[in-house]
Amino acid sequence: MNKTLLYIALLIISIALPFVFPNYTISLTAMWLLIIVSLTWDMTGGQMGYNSLGNIFFYGTGMYVAAITGISMVYDVGQYTSAAGGGINNFTATQYFSGLGIGAVAAGIFCAISAVILGYLLFGLRGPYFAIGTLGVAIAAGELVSNWEWVGGGQGVSLPVYPGDLDEGKFFFYYLFCTLGIATFIFLKWLYSTRFGAAINAIRDDEEKAEAMGIHTLRYKLVTWSIAAFIVGLAGAFSGYQLIQFEPLETAYQTINLGIFMVVCVLLGGKGTLWGPVIGAILFHVLKEVTWTYFLGWQWVALGALIVVTVVYFQDGLMGWLKHVRPEWFGERVEQKPGSKPSSASQAEAAQ
Amino acid sequence: MDQILGNISLLIQFPVVNINIVLQGVLIGAIFVLAAYGLALVWGVMNVKNLAQGDFVIAGGYASWWFNTNLGLPALLGIPLAFAILWGIGWVIYKLVIRRVIERDLFTSLLATFGVGIVMAQSMNLLFSADTQSLRLDYDSLDFFDNLVNLPIAKLVGAITAVSLAIAVIVFMKRSRMGQAIRATAQDARAARVMGIDTEKVYAFTFSLNAAICGAAGAIIVLVWEIQPFFGMGYSIRSFVIVTAAGLGNLPGVIAAGFGIGILEQFGAHIFGISYQQAIAVLLLLMVLIYRLAQQRRNRQVLQ
Amino acid sequence: MSVKPIAIAAAIATMMSYSAAANAAAHSKCAELKIGSAISLTGKYTTAGAHAKAGYDFAVKKIDEAGGVKIAGKCYNFKIIYYDDESKGDRGATLAERLINQDKVQYMLGPYSSGLTKAIAPITEKYKIPMVEAEGASRSLFNKGYKYLFAVLSTSEQYLASAITLAAEMAKKNGKDPSSVKVAIAVENDPFSLDIRAGVKEDAAKFGMKVVIDEKLPRDLSDMAPILNKVKLLKPDVLIVSGHSKGAATAVRQVAEMKIKVPMLAMTHCESANVIGKFGKDAEKVLCSTQWSETLSYKDELFGSASDYNKEIKAAPGSAYANKSVPYQTAQASAAVYVLKDAFERSGSLDKDKLRDALTKTNMKTFYGGIKFSAAGNNIAKPMVLRQIQNGKYVVVAPSAFAAGKLAWPRN
Repeated sequence: MNKTLLYIALLIISIALPFVFPNYTISLTAMWLLIIVSLTWDMTGGQMGYNSLGNIFFYGTGMYVAAITGISMVYDVGQYTSAAGGGINNFTATQYFSGLGIGAVAAGIFCAISAVILGYLLFGLRGPYFAIGTLGVAIAAGELVSNWEWVGGGQGVSLPVYPGDLDEGKFFFYYLFCTLGIATFIFLKWLYSTRFGAAINAIRDDEEKAEAMGIHTLRYKLVTWSIAAFIVGLAGAFSGYQLIQFEPLETAYQTINLGIFMVVCVLLGGKGTLWGPVIGAILFHVLKEVTWTYFLGWQWVALGALIVVTVVYFQDGLMGWLKHVRPEWFGERVEQKPGSKPSSASQAEAAQ
Repeated sequence: MDQILGNISLLIQFPVVNINIVLQGVLIGAIFVLAAYGLALVWGVMNVKNLAQGDFVIAGGYASWWFNTNLGLPALLGIPLAFAILWGIGWVIYKLVIRRVIERDLFTSLLATFGVGIVMAQSMNLLFSADTQSLRLDYDSLDFFDNLVNLPIAKLVGAITAVSLAIAVIVFMKRSRMGQAIRATAQDARAARVMGIDTEKVYAFTFSLNAAICGAAGAIIVLVWEIQPFFGMGYSIRSFVIVTAAGLGNLPGVIAAGFGIGILEQFGAHIFGISYQQAIAVLLLLMVLIYRLAQQRRNRQVLQ
Repeated sequence: MSVKPIAIAAAIATMMSYSAAANAAAHSKCAELKIGSAISLTGKYTTAGAHAKAGYDFAVKKIDEAGGVKIAGKCYNFKIIYYDDESKGDRGATLAERLINQDKVQYMLGPYSSGLTKAIAPITEKYKIPMVEAEGASRSLFNKGYKYLFAVLSTSEQYLASAITLAAEMAKKNGKDPSSVKVAIAVENDPFSLDIRAGVKEDAAKFGMKVVIDEKLPRDLSDMAPILNKVKLLKPDVLIVSGHSKGAATAVRQVAEMKIKVPMLAMTHCESANVIGKFGKDAEKVLCSTQWSETLSYKDELFGSASDYNKEIKAAPGSAYANKSVPYQTAQASAAVYVLKDAFERSGSLDKDKLRDALTKTNMKTFYGGIKFSAAGNNIAKPMVLRQIQNGKYVVVAPSAFAAGKLAWPRN
């Protein structure tokens, strides 16, 4: 199997997709978003063993920080939000793009910093406590933002519409997410192959031992989570501008939607693998679109059942299953990372 | 800010109001205690963190409501009925899902029960529609101090039922053969198996009992507040707050924490406004977690 | 309640019935005319979303029976493509794009709630798709210069402002200055209710009234006792509640339970919360704002009079309203479909821009009231009505031109 060729083919497909299926561009953009948040969730959840249910916090915060930064460059934020975005078309193209660009960077940095602060408070928690604690952060943040009138409160925020042509706007956001997704993937592929990757795997496998071996675990955990937060923050920033209008509880801090979807995607694809989150996200997105179309009203029942079945019966996901039936495909990885293989293998054994 | 100060000054200006708030908090707390007690049970015995806890509560509410509106059964009879029905539902869910996640890593049970919760909430939405529902007991309200302290008898009945149920469960756990088996399994499942306890049966019983307790709590809630298919999350979160605050295996702690949360939430709602109610519960949880973490850190340990 | 296998069987059965319904829609000879709509079938607006959908479906059926939509000599039947927006803005926006791009929908009907409409309107505007909406009342929808958005309902600041006027009148009648009136506001934290709050506050300021309580209701509201406690202490003269159906239900119940004495209790969504059916005499003398009342004298050719509409939709097979009053959310949804039909027939074309031009010239008298759009797209030909529950019936008490009874004041 020639891997380079495969990667090039996938890259070409990613770039060509919106031209082949122009009507599905928005849906494909949503798929990239799902891939990005799944990949970053797996950084802590799969690779480091810290299952966060609160990564959506960075999505929502990124959305808000970017939007408010963008608005504040042109208008007084309090005035703008109290008019609920009246006179919204008064953004020039330059204002729009500089708002989006600077806003996104601000969002990423803000999220990375808040990940460090939150991590410092929460990384002493393990397992379910960490999951519940992070979920709590996301829920509380949503509630607090929805009561904060300066940022629009329950009204949400209205952002300007993409200044150019319609199709151009669709493609713009597709490639924005696509680029971020591919960059994230390449970055993680590199990261997991370094000592850093080995270190966070060691934290997952046995934190005490890792500590005893001289790994400053807290520092690794903080860096990992803040990288994830940075990327999710960027994704949130882009989403805000793509959505144009968003509100705090149901869109920005959508705990029980995207916040859980990312976890399900990773489980579906296979935790602790590089391709797992990507494959899981694509699979989940397709399933979601199909159920949303044909199960009108029942899609959530189908989705809940899907979560249960995945978690209970296919704990190791698609990649885990592949590893089980085709271990030779993963032979190379076993050599590289002694840490990752035994644990998932033992999980697979436990599952039987 | 002015509003917060104004609300605090109201508390000082009318001291009687404090009594009312505490009273409301206690009445609500009694119901929180039930759901939290169930959670403490499954958490302690089988190490399952049930995020569908709140959805069991709401399902119990709908069961009671359905019997009352469709068959005209008396509203109070709904409590034992909900208990029985949720017992059955709990058993089915145990056999289908929970049984397979007990021995797995902790996150699995969290996510699996989350999925169960979604299925339950959505099924209720489709079966009963999303209207808020409630039942009414035709009782008056007691009032004291010029109606500044107000105690609807329905709420009192609910709280008393909740407390009696809790006591019954505690006595059952202490006295009965099954209760002893449950406690033995909680202490050491392997040893219990060696001693001839059918732990599988104990687990099924415990989980069903939890669902049933939640169901009864829901049947009480439908008498005093409103239910809606999507309200479960709030009750789940509060259960987690209470159990986490109390610490595992600390049943008196669960009861104290339940009342404490009820009262704190009411004061918080008075001072900051009820739109912060959920945020207050969640922030309390975070504060408890961080406090306990700081304690553990002193002993160079972590919370797990 | 049912055990899991039954629930699954029910799921499959319902699924099939949905697709069966979709197939059955195309029975008449007329050609099909696709309209898209994202509507809330799950999430916090489920109840109201169902009302809107019922209104759309009834109107579509009614138009079908009356011979369809006649455009340039050909006849068409509306077919609405629904998606569930889950009461979430981002989902609504995605679905709107999907309706436009994938289902090739050229005309849209609105979703439920101002929040969802706010999320979808930028999309329809972007694609220049005319959207007639019936359930988004917030003024923040009409200050953005949208050209393809048309709303058949009155904007939300008008919902309860007349309650403030009534309170001022009552104060004057009792020899008090209107500025002595104290107002308490409890609204949900969403665009619609916040706009109601803004309207009430503006009107209260006009009379110099003091707002003593100004609180927001949470999304999962089941207990508003903390607010009512403050009502007891601060004794306002008017209590304004707006929190969709759950807000209305909770308020009516707890005001009675806690024996709250407030001379005027005004709220929205009484009908959709079915407060009369649920709470009986506890709902007495509650003031309810409504976009429409079946007792009003409006009428048109398609639906007949307001009361005809009311009767027919109640009698329709499988109607959800057999035992409860028809909420205005349903009526205005039907009116929106009617507006589309009218505009199509006047434009004589399937072109969406011609349809938009025809919509701007809409000037109709319908069972729901007059419909005429301002440049911003809101309906300016229909007033809001304030009804009071008297002896278990809704009686129009304001504005005076429509009043069928007198305001009973104070409440207790």
